Order: sequence, then structure tokens, then C-alpha cells
Amino acid sequence: MGSHSEIIEAGAPPEPHHMDSTTAYHAAKLGMWLFLATEILLFAALFAAFALYHWWYFDEFHHASEKLDWRLGALNTAVLLFSSYTAAVAVYAAQIGDNKRIVKNFGISVACGLIFLIIKAVEYSGKYAKGYFPGTDLWSDPNFAQSYKNYFGIYYCLTGLHALHVIIGMSVMIWVITKARKNRFSGRYYTPVELGALYWHLVDLIWIYLFPLLYLIG
Amino acid sequence: MGGHQVVPDANGHLKENNYLNCDKSIKSWLLTLDHKRIAILYLVSILSFFFVGGISALIMRSHLAMPQAQVISPDLYNALFTLHGVLMIFLFIVPGIPATMGNFLLPLMIGAKDVAFPRLNLFSYYIYVVGALIGFVAIINPVWLIDYLQGMAQGVWNPLDTGWTFYTPYSTSTGAGEGWGVILMTFAAFVLGFSSILTGLNFIVTIHKLRAPGMNWMRLPVLVWGLYATSVIQTLATPVVGITLILLIVERVLGIGIFDPAKGGDPVLYQHFFWFYSHPVVYIMVLPAFGVVGEIIPVMSRKPIFGYKAVVFASIGIAAVAFIVWAHHMFTSGMSAFSAAIFSALTFGVAVPTAVKVFNWVSTMYKGSIRFDSAMLYAMAFVFLFMIAGTTGVYLAVLGVDIYYHDTYFVVAHFHYTIQGGAVIGLIAALHFWFPKMFGKFYNEGWAKFSFWLLFFGFNLTFLPQFVLGMEGMPRRYYDYLPEFSSMHQLSTVGAFFNGLGYTLALLNLTTSAIWGKRLAPSNPYNSLGLEWQCPSPPPHDNFITPPVVTSGSYDYGYPIEERSKA
Repeated sequence: MGSHSEIIEAGAPPEPHHMDSTTAYHAAKLGMWLFLATEILLFAALFAAFALYHWWYFDEFHHASEKLDWRLGALNTAVLLFSSYTAAVAVYAAQIGDNKRIVKNFGISVACGLIFLIIKAVEYSGKYAKGYFPGTDLWSDPNFAQSYKNYFGIYYCLTGLHALHVIIGMSVMIWVITKARKNRFSGRYYTPVELGALYWHLVDLIWIYLFPLLYLIG
Repeated sequence: MGGHQVVPDANGHLKENNYLNCDKSIKSWLLTLDHKRIAILYLVSILSFFFVGGISALIMRSHLAMPQAQVISPDLYNALFTLHGVLMIFLFIVPGIPATMGNFLLPLMIGAKDVAFPRLNLFSYYIYVVGALIGFVAIINPVWLIDYLQGMAQGVWNPLDTGWTFYTPYSTSTGAGEGWGVILMTFAAFVLGFSSILTGLNFIVTIHKLRAPGMNWMRLPVLVWGLYATSVIQTLATPVVGITLILLIVERVLGIGIFDPAKGGDPVLYQHFFWFYSHPVVYIMVLPAFGVVGEIIPVMSRKPIFGYKAVVFASIGIAAVAFIVWAHHMFTSGMSAFSAAIFSALTFGVAVPTAVKVFNWVSTMYKGSIRFDSAMLYAMAFVFLFMIAGTTGVYLAVLGVDIYYHDTYFVVAHFHYTIQGGAVIGLIAALHFWFPKMFGKFYNEGWAKFSFWLLFFGFNLTFLPQFVLGMEGMPRRYYDYLPEFSSMHQLSTVGAFFNGLGYTLALLNLTTSAIWGKRLAPSNPYNSLGLEWQCPSPPPHDNFITPPVVTSGSYDYGYPIEERSKA
């Protein structure tokens, strides 16, 4: 471990002291897949809770889900799907060593993430204005059906946790962009681009399950 | 550290430039990326928490020495069993063997220079430290403490008293720690879970990608297989309890009904989520201990391990079964009788791979030339105690029996035989066995044996009476008891002090020998075939002087060299 690892020729993989760079690439990829598995299990408990209360409070969940605007949800789905496409293009660009194209495509993905969050914020504020939000007068009203609170509670947990992942994914991609601007990636070394894109695909994938569950089947 | 000359003496002892003294600054310890130093950092941390958790147990046992003793207040008693559970589970035995011995040994055993992600390894340690600090803040109740320091403490100290399980609805409604106790403590457990996940992930990748040439899967030492099975559970089960504890916090803060029945939630769902992690976590604790015993017994018996493949597949089998038996903790929770019957039947399945392991250890010793070193005594005690733990576990898997024994001292005794008799004894056995490798010195064998017998006697005296108490109907976590339970409680209390004294002496012996010990250890004092014994003691920063190539299995004792691993 030393200062020599700081001076790297453009596009060359960093050399860790304890393994060669090919092993490092495969190790990092396996590590990322395992991490994605933990993310899925993190969401799994919430999905299980949703399934249970959907069954317990079938009618109430149906009514509550109609308060959501499926068109905004569909728009967000399209935005995220498109951002996943540009993330995949960024990985291809990295494999052929085109750092400018990484910057452009990850840039579009980050912008899409931002659009997603803005639309989500519009939805949240709409709910807040109508009172379907913890802390509002309607929410505190004892006559407001408890099971509505269950629905919106789980809705906020699921979408909030997902939004947090959107923010983390955007941060990772911004970090990769700063590296790509310094021409750090090449066909020999593009691990961070690939791992960042993998993470972003997972964020997209979770939303693809959230959208029909929360907005469509209710 | 490439510039350092690594020159061991003729016995393989490395006096200069080993991992302990190649860089002496405090910064080089706190920011180390060396898996061996990180193991030492963990070891010091977890043993400190073990000490505090043990003291809390001794205070409880002292209180329980007499009925109506009222040595401590009921609130303090509740706080103490919470403290004991939280410390021993989350801060001591879950990181336990993997983070200490696993970190130290895994790269050595597979012939690697380090774990796959050294930075992540150090990061895991600091996440652990942060989680521990948050946990302590939760326990000492900061709001009250600030008031107290400003001289305006009102009312009485109101510490966390949920027990380590945080069952709802009590945990969503208790005012412990002015409402902050549960929030901070569950957040601490969430943070600690992250540390556990990252360690597990690191180990899985290390085992997949960094094995030395020739170290194929069926030559892996059984401890590595134990760590692999453990890591799979750590990685897949921990996220579920993580989100569960976060939901508990969200429920308290925002008033959303998820687990609190008063808000339309389901407390049984909380129990399902909690035990989906907290049952497999038992195997996180004990699987590495299985591995440790599987390493010690062949070396000390001078025989190949009996049924290597059966041991390996039993470890994987236990990890798999671990995920489908959780609801046996909930037979009295009001879940359906049908699912209870299914979970009971599945739980019997755990007995099969664990029994396979016991038979393997015993058959390995059969007709071996056994050395009764202290490490071997611990390993044999493990087998004995674990058999009691396992058989009483089968009683508890029986529905009718469990309804009667649920939440009694019988359960307390059962899981202490599993966790203390299994996991903790396994850790102590590992410390004794690998001590010459870790510190390049020998400890005092006489003291080690004496403290072993003290500890073994004390342990059984503490927990055998608790089986009887449980059968007679003494409920767990009670502050007081009826006079007819007195004699068994008194035996248990006396045993606890012997047990505590045994641990103290054993660990003092190791600590003093590590710091001031004079007798230097060679690289391979037991003539082991394990790869970790082929590098100098203590190992240099990069572990092996020349990269190892593996040509035989780890347990081919009793064969001429040229016939090893023909099979």
C-alpha cells in the first residue's frame, strides 16, 4: 500500500497488493451481486408486510390506492426505464474506452433520477395537501380509517426507501462521472462503471415491482 | 510494507517485521488494512463487551440467589437482562468467531495475502464501533443523563427494558429512555447488522476468488466451510431484521401501524420478521465454532477428519435449514396450529446435519493418538455440551413440550448450552489453539487447563439446575421467585461465579502471555498440515514468504507424504 498506487496511467486498472487486476474485477462484481441480494432482502420484508395487509384490509387498500395518480406512476416508470437504458449504454461505452460517452450517458441517467424524484415530490405534496400524510389534521382525526393509514404507511415506507436508493444510485453515478472526466476507464478497467450501472438497474427493477403493486392492483 | 526484510529463525519464529511489530504507530493500527490487525481490533472490542455482559449476568445471578432478595430494583433487573442480551448477542457473539478468528485465519487458510476487500473490512470494523457507541448511548439513557448532569433529573432512571428481542407492542409503546431507548437501540442493531453483512460478503468473495493454486473446494479446511456457510446466512438474513428494526422506528416516530395492534398492525408479523433473522443468527454463532472444533480434533488426534464431505455438506445443510425453521420460536404466539406443526417437523430436520457433525468428531477421535492440550479439552467440552444443547433442542421442537417449556428457564438453559457451551467455548478453544500463530508465543498450559476445568464445572453448575427449574415451571426474565425454587437458583448462582472466574483466568492467561510471554512459538507447534501453520509465527504483513501452492488435503494425517490426497 503506498503512494505508487496514486500515480496511474490513464485507463490502467489499479493494482491492489493482494491480487491481480483480473481477479479484482471478478471479485468486485461478485461482491456487487451479493450486495444486490441483500438489497432485495431488505425490500422483501416490506413486500411481505404489504401482501399481509393487502389481504387483511382488502377493500380499504383498494380505495386508498385509488388516491394515487397512476399516470404519474407510469411516467416515473418510463423515466426510470429510459435511465436504465442509458446506464447500460454507459457500460458499453466504458468497454470500448469512450470516457466522453460514459459522462454523457450516466449524466442522462442522473438527470432521469432527478426527474423521478421531482415527480415523486409532487405526488407526496399532493398527498400532504389532501391530508394523507402523517402529522396532518386529517391523519390525526380518530375517524380517519386506521387501515388507510396502514396503506399509506407502507406506501411511504416502500417509496421512501426506494427514493433513498435512487439518491444513492445517483451519487454513485456522479462519482463515476468525475472519474470518467479524468479518462480513468478503458477496456482494461471499467469496474466502477459496471457496478454503478448494476446498482442503478436494481433501483429500476424494484420500482418496476412497486408501480403495479401500489398504483394498479391496489 | 514491501521494504521490510522477513527472516524467520530456524523454527519459523519471526521476531522482527511480523504483522504485530512491522509498524508500531497507533495510526498504523487504527487505519490498518491488514486482516490480522483488524482481527486483533475486533478481538479486543468483543472481549471487552463480553466482560461487561458477563458482569451484568453476575449481578442478576447474585440478585436471584435468594427469593425476595430485592438486591436490585425491578427496573434495574429488567435493564440488566436487556443489557446482557443485547451485548452478548449483537456486540459479542454475532461478530464473535468470524470477525476475530475468521478475519485472522481465512486468508491464511486459503493461502491468500488478505481478504478480497481490505478497505471494506476496516470499514466493517468502524461500523461496528459506531453501532456499539449508539447502543451504549441507548442503554444509559442520554436524556436522563443530561438532566442529571444539569442537576434537574426528574423521577427515576428509566432505562431500556424490552429484552434483546424488542417485541411489539411493548417496544412501540414503552417510554423507556424517554421514548428514545428503543429507537436508539434498534438503530444500533441496524448499524451493527450492516457490519455483519459486509463481513459476510467480504468472506464469500474471498473464498470464491482468492484461493491459492491447488486449494480446490474439496480441500478447503472445514473452518473455511463453516465461515462460508456463516457468511451466506449473514448476507441473506441480516437485511430482513435491518428493515424490521427500521420499520419499528418509523412506527414509533410517524405513528404508522405496522406491528402495533392498536394501530392496525400485526405483532405476530414482527415476530416472524425478527426470527427470520434471529433464528439463523444462532447458526451464525455456532457454525464457525463447528469449524474450529473440526480443525482442532484431527490435529490433536493425528487422524484425517472422519467423513470430510459429510462435514462440509452438513455445514451447508444447516445453513439451508436455518432459513425455514424460524417460527419454532413462536409456537405460543397465536399463529395457526397448522403452520406450527409444519415448523415443528422442519425443526426436527436441524438435528440430522448437526448429529452428522457430532458423529464425525467422535469418529475422528476414535483410535487416534489424542493429545489432551487445553485447546483439545475445549474442543471435547464443546462436543459434550453441544450434545446436551442439541438434544434439549429436539425436546423444544416438539409442539406439546414447547407449549409447556416456552419462556421458562428450560429454554434459557438450552440456548446457553448452545451459545455459551457451543459458540463461546468454540471461540475460547480457537484462541488457545491458534494463539502460538497469532502472537508467536506460548501461554501457560497449566493455567489454561486449570481455568478450563473451573469454567467447565462452573458452566454446568450454572445451567444444569436451570433445566430443572424450567421443568418445574420457573418462567424466564422474572425478578423474583417462589421459595421452592431456591435451592436450584442458589446452585446456579454459585456456578455462575465459578464460570465467570474460569473465563477471567483463561483470558488473563492469554493476555499476559501475549504481552509478557517469554516462550517463543515455532511456526508449526502441532505438526499440523493446515496451510495457516506453514507461514512464520507471527505471520509477516503479507502472510506467506513465497506464495503457497497446495498439493494435498488439510487432514491427511497418518499417510506417507506421497500418498496424501490420492483420493
